[in-house]
Amino acid sequence: MKVLYFAWLRERLNKGEETVSPPAEVRTVSDLIDWLAANDEAADLAFANRKLIKAAVNARIVTHDAPVAANDTVALFPPMTGG
Amino acid sequence: MSVRIQTAAFDPGEETNAFLATNAGAGAAVTFTGLVRSQPGDPITALMLECYPDLAINQVKAMIESAVARFGLIKATVIHRYGALRPGEPIVQVMALAPHREAAFKGAEYLMDYLKTDAPFWKKEETPTGSRWVEAKSADDDAKARWD
Repeated sequence: MKVLYFAWLRERLNKGEETVSPPAEVRTVSDLIDWLAANDEAADLAFANRKLIKAAVNARIVTHDAPVAANDTVALFPPMTGG
Repeated sequence: MSVRIQTAAFDPGEETNAFLATNAGAGAAVTFTGLVRSQPGDPITALMLECYPDLAINQVKAMIESAVARFGLIKATVIHRYGALRPGEPIVQVMALAPHREAAFKGAEYLMDYLKTDAPFWKKEETPTGSRWVEAKSADDDAKARWD
């Protein structure tokens, strides 16, 4: 599973993307965020306020209860500020 | 319908003229250009715009399809830059073409309101004293919500 990070999440984690192999019980975006936070101190801090974390799976916006699978590209990012 | 997500600069006047020339049956066009703001009391030296292009294209296409259907637009085009921009440079251009002015005004406004909150761009301002990420504004959420 590929995970992409953007904006201040990317800065706080000091990486724009990584490939991860979460265990089978990681079924949703929410599970993935919990698992990433549990395995990395910087991620634990960066994800502290879950409400500020938006997600996309395979370049489609999703909510945190959306499923994730091994071949997915999951993007995590703060609220968008374009325009 | 056209979506362009690009690092290159664009000329708003040229884009407008090209857009206007594409359909003889239209009665109204509204174009909006967003610029990099830098005010004397709060100057910025540069704006870094981060983007997730794959998602941006999907999101902006969906916004345009929605605007065209909702307001009966003939067509709409969105150009959005990312990368390093200087004060005064155009960031975004929204153009809506319709049979009559009300649809064109509404279509352009709807697209801008959705771009602010639903397109994956993130602004970081470089200032003389350091850099800062622009925070999402609740006013932008409110502006989008009035179309619900």
